[in-house]
Amino acid sequence: MDFIQSIDWMGILKCFVVGGIICVIGQILIDKTKLTPARILVIYVTTGAILGGLGIYKYLIDFAGAGATVPLLGFGANLAKGAMQEVQKAGLLGAFTGGVKASAGGIAAAVFFGYLASLIAKPKIKKQ
Amino acid sequence: MKPIETKQEYSNYVDQKSPNSPIWKNCLNAFWVGGLICTIGQFIMNFCKYQGLDETASSTVVSIVLIAISAILTGLNIFNKIGKFAGAGSLIPITGFANSIVSPAIEYKSEGYVMGVGGKMFTVAGPVLVFGISSSVIIGILAILFGAGA
Repeated sequence: MDFIQSIDWMGILKCFVVGGIICVIGQILIDKTKLTPARILVIYVTTGAILGGLGIYKYLIDFAGAGATVPLLGFGANLAKGAMQEVQKAGLLGAFTGGVKASAGGIAAAVFFGYLASLIAKPKIKKQ
Repeated sequence: MKPIETKQEYSNYVDQKSPNSPIWKNCLNAFWVGGLICTIGQFIMNFCKYQGLDETASSTVVSIVLIAISAILTGLNIFNKIGKFAGAGSLIPITGFANSIVSPAIEYKSEGYVMGVGGKMFTVAGPVLVFGISSSVIIGILAILFGAGA
């Protein structure tokens, strides 16, 4: 089992702690403010994009790996990173293509699996 | 009971009546469930890199796998139970984004497969994409103006 031996357990711990803390911040927002979950998701994506645009978020990704990329902050940071990289290749056009290009996998998967899962699921019927 | 006249009074009344959620317990649950979801992501990422994929591709595979899992769990009505327990722990990771697409889609299934499922999928995910993508366009334009590199 070379794969098991190749795992960096310190990295896993950092990932767990950072991912957990990012979620706790969201939980505090839910409990202490009247923000709806939808607004919190929007705040996370936008904040992630800004932190990514300022070049700060990549340090967190280097430190925590999936602990930083899996939360929605990482989705926002990825959008920003894609736009900034594509701008260097394609100029102004890149500002419009880069973000979505970098997140295309996630967006397409969400649409596809989302629709598929909705088809197989039965709507809940409330029992009286 | 005296009648409620101002917004402030109403807000006080709601605070009084709504159950106090034990914030420490919520935070603890959010912490370990959120951390665990990220850790599952990290294992998938390590496995992809072990198979020879680069950083960007691995990260995309992680998103796709987590989204697929949470879409299916939402369809089977398991995700909602996790969500009730973990709060932000399952909302903030990309799993919450997938859940936000599937939940309304199932709910509005009776309105049809095109406008019901296809349309309502984006009640929450729509704003997320609008703000996320718009920010990325603005950041791209700013990057040109200020000549910042990625």
